[in-house]
Formats: sequence, structure tokens, C-alpha cells
Amino acid sequence: MEDNKAGKVRSFLIAAYYPIVSILASFVIAGIIMQVLGFSPYEAFKGLISGSLGNKRAWGETLNKAVPIALTGLSYAIAKRCGVINLGAEGQVYAGALCAVLVGTEIDFLPAPLHILLTLIVAFIGGALYGAIPAILKNRFGASELITTIMFNYIALYFVHFMIAGPIKDYSSTSNFAQSKAMLVTARLPRILPGTRLHAGLFVAVAALLFFQFILFHTTRGYEMRVIGLNQNAGEYAGINVHKNRILSMFIAGGFAGLGGACELMGVQLRIMENAFNGLGFDGIAVALLGGNTTGGIAASSILFGALSSGANKMQMKSGVPTATVYILQGLVILFVIGKRLFDIRRMKRTAMGGAVK
Amino acid sequence: MIETLSSFLSSTVRMATPLLIAGLGLVFSANAGIVNIGIEGFMLFGALMGCAGSYWTGSALFGALIAILSTMLFSAIFAYFTINQYADQTVVGAAINILASGITITLNRLVFEGKVPAISGFESLHIPFLEKLPIIGILFQQSLVCYLAFVLVPVVAYVMRKTHLGLQVLAVGENPRASDTVGISVKWTRWWTILLSGALSGLAGAFMSMGQVRFFSEGMISGKGYMALAVIVLGGYTAFGVLWASLIFGVGMALQFRLQVLNTGIPYQILTMLPYVITLVAVCGVNSKTRGPASSGEPYIKE
Amino acid sequence: MAYLEMHAITKTFGSLVANDNVDLKVEKGHIHALLGENGAGKSTLMNILYGLYKPTSGEIFLDGEKIEIQDSKHAIKAGIGMVHQHFMLIPTLSVIENVVLGYKEISRFRLHLDEAARKFNLLCEKFGESISPWEKVENLSIGEQQRLEILKALFRESELLILDEPTAVLTPQETTKLFGFLTKLTEHGLTIIFITHKLGEVMSLCDRCTILRQGKAVSHMDISEVESYSQLAALMVGREVDLETYKTDKTPGESVLELEDLSYTNEKGIDRLAHVSFSVRSGEIVGIAGVDGNGQSELVRLITGLLHATSGSVLIDGCDVTGAKPKEILAHSVAHIPEDRHKMAMVSDMTVNENMILMSYDHSPYSKHGILDWKKIEDINQKLCNTYEVKTPSIHETAGKLSGGNQQKFVIARELNRNSRLIVAVYPARGLDIGTTKYIQSRLIEERDRGAAVLLVSNELDEIFQLSDRIAVLYKGEVMGIVGQKEAKRDAIGLMMAGIGKQKD
Repeated sequence: MEDNKAGKVRSFLIAAYYPIVSILASFVIAGIIMQVLGFSPYEAFKGLISGSLGNKRAWGETLNKAVPIALTGLSYAIAKRCGVINLGAEGQVYAGALCAVLVGTEIDFLPAPLHILLTLIVAFIGGALYGAIPAILKNRFGASELITTIMFNYIALYFVHFMIAGPIKDYSSTSNFAQSKAMLVTARLPRILPGTRLHAGLFVAVAALLFFQFILFHTTRGYEMRVIGLNQNAGEYAGINVHKNRILSMFIAGGFAGLGGACELMGVQLRIMENAFNGLGFDGIAVALLGGNTTGGIAASSILFGALSSGANKMQMKSGVPTATVYILQGLVILFVIGKRLFDIRRMKRTAMGGAVK
Repeated sequence: MIETLSSFLSSTVRMATPLLIAGLGLVFSANAGIVNIGIEGFMLFGALMGCAGSYWTGSALFGALIAILSTMLFSAIFAYFTINQYADQTVVGAAINILASGITITLNRLVFEGKVPAISGFESLHIPFLEKLPIIGILFQQSLVCYLAFVLVPVVAYVMRKTHLGLQVLAVGENPRASDTVGISVKWTRWWTILLSGALSGLAGAFMSMGQVRFFSEGMISGKGYMALAVIVLGGYTAFGVLWASLIFGVGMALQFRLQVLNTGIPYQILTMLPYVITLVAVCGVNSKTRGPASSGEPYIKE
Repeated sequence: MAYLEMHAITKTFGSLVANDNVDLKVEKGHIHALLGENGAGKSTLMNILYGLYKPTSGEIFLDGEKIEIQDSKHAIKAGIGMVHQHFMLIPTLSVIENVVLGYKEISRFRLHLDEAARKFNLLCEKFGESISPWEKVENLSIGEQQRLEILKALFRESELLILDEPTAVLTPQETTKLFGFLTKLTEHGLTIIFITHKLGEVMSLCDRCTILRQGKAVSHMDISEVESYSQLAALMVGREVDLETYKTDKTPGESVLELEDLSYTNEKGIDRLAHVSFSVRSGEIVGIAGVDGNGQSELVRLITGLLHATSGSVLIDGCDVTGAKPKEILAHSVAHIPEDRHKMAMVSDMTVNENMILMSYDHSPYSKHGILDWKKIEDINQKLCNTYEVKTPSIHETAGKLSGGNQQKFVIARELNRNSRLIVAVYPARGLDIGTTKYIQSRLIEERDRGAAVLLVSNELDEIFQLSDRIAVLYKGEVMGIVGQKEAKRDAIGLMMAGIGKQKD
């Protein structure tokens, strides 16, 4: 029994080694870049950390930021598990948010819990249907989802611009910028921790994580998806319907992203403004990659990325480093995680020994 | 009427040029088996560096050179991780795009401090006599970069079909192992094609920020890099194919502007979608006919 | 000193020692056999000679001079040419483009294809070949592609040719033709290293042989010293091996698989199968002989539902299953051991446990109402692994980490465990050592004795003859004839594999 425990700790350490080293390396390089640009990396990182983890309120912000990107991370991950590269979470977020805003502003007779539930369900379905389209195009025409999902991002973005400038515009607002009507009080996610702005979207994200784990590893459907994702030929040989599973995986992926949009809308933004949800989808890709498309990994890395974006403002305030520098950090983290051979200790040893022989 | 047609032509060519330049770079790297969605980030990076270079040196030409060289350097990150570390090309491409957006926003705010300074852009170069032709005369009043792009088409076609260099690129993309056995370095071939494609996408980006407009804005590439990927597929991986495909996209974008001017009653946001919809239709319609190189997207591990 | 001498070559990959202190001496003008089982280190040794791998230690002398081979470019310069088991040709390019690829003696920048084609034609004439330099490689036959590979090396003025398992894809007659060609080459002063695991070829073609076992050179001998096949086999395996297959006579029962006038035209409009009719009965093994690519893989795909017939029908136990989906055909009690293990039969990144439910995950007791019962699955698979002698640290080991033999064993376990009525086995022993091959063959015979109908596809005539009760020969998608194993003659089967001597219906 003891052995088993030690083994578990060991395998956890092995699994955590690469992400941790990658994150450290990214911070070092980002620090060097800041230094070169004439900022103090020490002040910047101090601001970043205190702004994201310094107190209870900061923790609330971090978790709030983590909720939508955990969901978009799941979106990338479930498609990837089935062999589809979903770069379209960005658009699926907007599809979900748009559906949520329609239900959340137009339906005014439901009590809060029901209204919230209905809004979430509709957002899931909206994102899911939007996500399924690239899968259908891939099945039908062999169109690469790398390109189609990205094109659907732009189409969704401009469609939302169109909607908030006309059909769902808030004409009562005096703002110069186009924006949608605000969510009704019954369709807003309640705060769940006094002294913070942490909202109930956290429960949605946790439920989605559990659902992801369950469907992939405990159902025959998830088994089929994983087989196809790892070896499509073997899937066909076993009689697994590739097309159907591909659509299903993108349907769920779109649904997750749609929920991400809905949570951000119902808990934080409360209305859609131009470009307000930009970047959630791509953050999700980073989160999924960093987390190795696993449940625990996505949960942990979404909190990390949540912390990066919630701390960015304080970083700018304390050190003058622009908030966008956080993207540099994110890009570096992905590069180092994917290029993890760089940090392979055994390989380093071998090269070192080979060098000694010569 | 003639004036409208003429300006429509000019706008088509100007819109097609960045796709053509980036697409010609992709002719090399895509045929060598590289699927690079990071091209979007390369162009964004080039667009900023061109502007910054022009701002610092006061010369558009130096701006373009700085864009080319710095984007080439930037593309080395992609090459290193995909070729030497065998990392997934799509994932590295996605990381490049995030990195590029972070770097360009940060630098943009530091260099230009939120202002839009006057920079020198690409001036149009009138070709004597030809510029006087009716309707198409306007095609000979374009910038140097624009002419360069069109001249490069037969050059690239020649290199790809008639030289050892081109044959090696095709062989590496189709069967890296076989290329290796006849003494062709797969690594080096992929490296230089990526660097070349980086240099050309840097120029393409610089053309967008210095040829089409005279400033850098943070989301200005908005999918043109992905469209360049669609162009290469639509163009069947050949130089002349890329030319036709980018002209089709050019027509689409020119049409979009024309319709916006014409007051058709269609909201401009819907018209803005047009190029993206064209891209969608293109990748759906073309895929069954052309096929990419057999080793597309796969790292080559020699051991 | 011999023409080629490789001294004390060692090559390690991580902890695996692929070559351990190997010596090799080859005389000029000889055909030298390099003999050994899969994984014995033959290909590694030759890849070192050809510069594709760098040896961990050791020296190479060619024609008396010590040479350092950094990469294949050096090897080519030194006059070494290699023909790989998987052809290193680019199918979308023309013959001459393939020939000049990487060859810059004629010109350095621009391709002078006309001049190269002239040189190529001269070379063809010299050795009595006729391959058009302008043909696309994908349009050449397998035999032609192989001779093109050799010509490609000769074009580069190779003096030493390495041939890696060159006969695996040839008919007996094509093999004879190749041997004639090789003998001609040695008359012109070329030296040939011939990698193989087929004992007959060594005896009939080669002058000398070196035997490798588990990375070590265990024997060097002249062919004239060799006493028997079993002597060579014992050296290869390291113990006495029984090369016999034990099979008793059995009267077949009712027909299980029935093919009626089956034809298939692929999406390019090429007829891959034409009017195929035969049956496989309970308690018999029908072997499909033929050179790779003559419709075997289409035939198997049509039977298992991965492709759909253009015309004709497939019946299993009297039920028409033409056009049925793979899942529906599986439900008719069909087991399928596919041709390419890694590509089709297994998911390398999943565990052995997960791989073993691939064909039955959606049935009781493995799952209920779409929920997998991992506890039951583990119990069943643990037992199966024991029964079928799958050697793995645990059933939770990643399948890709097992040896090829053990991978094939769990695939066999998964497929045979279902007590199927029909078993379709395609190259079931490909790439396996002699011990595992014998084990798998005896399991197939057991299944036949149990009353299953077995369809065996193989390109190894020996295997076909040892296991089959009846032999059908496929050539260009047509059945050339069906012969009882006892009446079948190798020569006649060989001719049919080459499209000659079709039996009258």
C-alpha cells in the first residue's frame, strides 16, 4: 500500500515536472525581455503576484478569470482528444454569449434559478451548434478545421458587432460604444464568497471538468472518441463511426466554449460590448496545452492563466509593464511545454556523457 | 464607370499583394511539409517592425528591410521548435500567434506611445507609357513591393520546377526519409524554407501597414495570414496557383469596400465577413481536388 | 584485407544495444548474405554503413582505406548504394526526377533532365532494362520500382550495393529475374550485401554469409560450408528450432464465407477486384497467395465492411452482408487480424487493457448502457494475457512500449478470444521472430480444428503452404485459380502469381 502511494507521488512529480520547469523558464525569459525594455522585472512580478494572489479579493478575481478559460480549455481538449484541432473557441464563446444575452434580456417572467439554468442551457446549445459546423464541413468536404474554425471566429465576431449595433443594441445607454442590453437580474450569476466578486460560474466550470473526465474515461462514447483521436485507422477497423464522433466532439467543444461565454457574460460583463470577450478562446488553447488535455491539468493551468490576467493590471500600475506582456508570457509557456524535450534530464545527461566520450 | 472599374482593379491588386507575397513564401515551406498557422503572427510582427523601422530610419525601404530581417529572425523560433524539438506545428503556430500579439502590442505602446505618428510608406512608382493605358493603366501606378510580388511569381515557379533546389523541397515534403537517403538534409531544407517564408510574410505584413495604410494597429492582420494558408491550398501549392487564388481574394475584398461605398443597405459588419466567407467556400470547394505533400505537419525524426 | 571491413561496430539507442561489437568482412565481387531475425540488428548495421546512423564505436575500411561516413552523402561519394525494404522513391515525381534527386554531378543549380535521361537510358541498355525516364513512379510496377532503386544507385556509380530484404514483395519468378540481374552486376565487378531472413535465398544466391543474433555477429561462413537449413535457423534463433508445422487432416463443414462475383473499382476508376468468387468452409484454412498490391487488401476490406463492393455479394453464414458496416459484420462473428498492426489493429498510446476491448467495448460485460465497467474489463484482460502468453509488466502498460511479438499476441488474443465463425488473418506473422510465428500459426490451426473458417492472406509462400487446406492465387484483382494444398505445386502457384496459367473455370 505504501509503495503504491510513493508510486503515485512519483508519477505526479513526473507529470508536474515539465509544466513547472516550463513556467519558470517562461518567467525568466519574460523577465529578461522586461529588463531589456527598461522595466524592473522584480517590481513587475511582485505586482503580478500580489494582484492575483495577494488577498482574498484578488483570489476571487483570479478564479473569476479562470472560469471561462477553463471552459474554453475543455473545448480545445475534448476536440483534440477526438483528433480535431478546434481553434474556434473564440467564435463559439461569442455564439454562446449571444444566445445567452437573448434569453437573459428578453425572457422576463422566470425566477432566478430557472432563468439562470435556461440561459446556460441555451448558451451551451448555441455554442455547440456553432462548433459542430466545422466538423460537418470537414466530414462533407474534407475542409481543414485549422482554417474553417478560425474563419468562423471572424464571422461570429462581426455578426456580434452587427447585433449590438442594431437588433440588440441598448439604446438607453449614453455610451459612445455599441453595446447590448444588460442581463436581467434574474439571469445574473450570484456571488458566492463575501468580500469578493467570485460568482457561481465556478460551479459551472467544476461541473464541466467532471463531465469531461466522466465522458472521456468512463463511457463507451468517450472511448470511441479517444481511439479515433489517437489512431483513426484503428477506429475505422473497429467499426467506430468517425464522422459521428467528430461532430459530437465538436458539438460538446462548442458547448463548453459557449458556457464559457455565458459565465463571463452572466457573472462579470453583464452585457456584450465590442471585443469584450476577445482572447478567451485562445487563452483556452494555451490552458489545454499546458494542462496536457487532462482534467486536473486544465483546472490547474486555468487558475495560473487566470492569475496572470487578474494580476496584469496591478503589474502595469506598479512597474509600467503593459498588460499585453502577459501574452508574451503565455506564448512562451506554450512553446516550452510543447518543446519539453529541451528539459529532458535523461537526454541532457546522455548528451553530456556523449560529449565527454568525444 | 471607367474610373470605378479602374479603382476597383487597383484595389484588387493592393488587397491581393500581401496574400501573394506571403503565399509565395508558403509555396516553399508548405511543399517542404510545413503547416504553419503562425504565418498570421509573422505578418503581424512584420507589420509592426516595418512601421517602427520606417519611423526610426525615416525611410520606407529600410523599414521594409527591418521587417524582413526581424520577421525572419522571429520565424527561427517556429523553425527551431518544430524541426529541432519535433514539436507539433499547429501548436507552435498558435503559440507564435499569441507571442506575436503580445510583442506587437507591447512594442507598439512603447515605441509609438499610443500616438499615430506620420511615417513614410511605400510610394507608388509610375511606369512610363504603361500608366497611360485606359482602365488598366492604374496597375502600373503601384508601389515597388507590389511589382516585386508579381515578378516573383515566375521566379518562384522556375525555382520549384526547374532546379535542384525546388526538386529537393518537393522531395522533402513528399518523403523526408527518401530525401535523407540520397543525401538531402531534411532539417536544413525545412529550416531555410521556413526562414524564407518568414522573410516574405514579414514583407507582406509591412506592405499592409506601409502600403495599404500608413500606420500600425493592433489587430490589423485580422486573419490575412490564415487566408494566405487558404490561398496556398486553393492554389494547388504552385506559384501561379497562388497568384490566381490571391487575386480571387483580392476581388472579394475590393468588392467588400465597393459595396460599403455604394450604400446598398447591407450593414457594413456583414460585408466585413465577406472575405472570411470566401475563404470558407474556397477551402470547402477545393480540398478534394488538390492534395498537399504527403508528410505535411509531421516532424522528421532521424535518430 | 577484404574489400569492405567493418570492425567492432557498436550502436546503442538509449539502453537498447542494436549492434554489439559486430565484425563484417565482404570480398569484392561477392554476394554476401546478412542473415538474422527481425530485430537482430541487420538494418542498423547497414544504416551505419550507409551513413544514416552514426555508430557509437567501431571503424569501417573500404578498399583498404579507413573511411568516416558522416551521412548518406559521404556513403554515396564512397560508392555505396542502398536499396531499402520500403522503397525510397517519390511517387508523385517522374523516374528521372527521382534518379537525379540529390545528384549534382551533371549540374549544380538548374536540372538538366534531358542529359540525365540520356545517361539513364544507356545504363538501362547495359543491364537489359527498359524503364521510361519520363514515367511517373506511381505508375511503375513493384518489380520495376525495385529495379529503378538499383539503377538509381548504379547511376551514382555505386560499387557496393546493399539490398534490404529485396524479395519480400516479389513473385518467385520475379525473384529469379532479380537474382539473374544481381549475378550480372557481380560479373561487372560490383559487390552486393544481401539482407534477408529467408534461408533458401541465401543458399541459392550468396557466396558467403554472416549471421546476426540479438545484435551480435554469431557466425561467418562460406555457403559451401553450410550443411542444412536447420543449421542456419539454429544459428539465427540460438537454439534448435522445429521448422515443421503440425496439422492433421480434417473434413471441412458447411460454407461460412461465400463470395459471389465480387468486383471493386476504386475512386480513381481502377478495377482492383474483378469477379472474385470462392468460399471458405468451417474447419478449413484458405490461403490467398499473391504479390502485395494485387487486390488482397481490397478483398479483406470488402469482407470486413471497410469498403463496399461495386458489384457482387458477400455472404456470411448465408446472410447477405454486402455493403454492411464494419460493426454489423463484426456482429456476424467475424474476427480480423489486419495487415498493419500499428496502423490498424492497435492504438499505441493507449494501454494494453484499453486496446484489448477495441472490438467489444460496447458489449456486455465490458459496458452497460454506455458506461464502461473497468473492473470487469481488467479481470477479463488479465486472464487473456496469461492465456495467450502476452509478456507485459502490467496490463496498464502503454501498448506501444511492448515488443512487436507481444503486440501481435494481444491482438491475436483479442480476436481469437471471441470464438468467431470466420477469422480473416492478414500477414499474421509479419515481422515476428520464428518462435512467435510458430505460436501464432499453431493458434490459427487450433481455431480451424475448433471449426472456424479461416481466410489467410500472406505473401510468404512457405506460410501459405504450411497452413492452408486450399490455396487461391490473386493476380491483378482476379482469382487465377484455387488448388487443394496437397495437389498444389510451388512453380505453378508462382506462375499464377505472375499472371500466367489461369485455371479454366
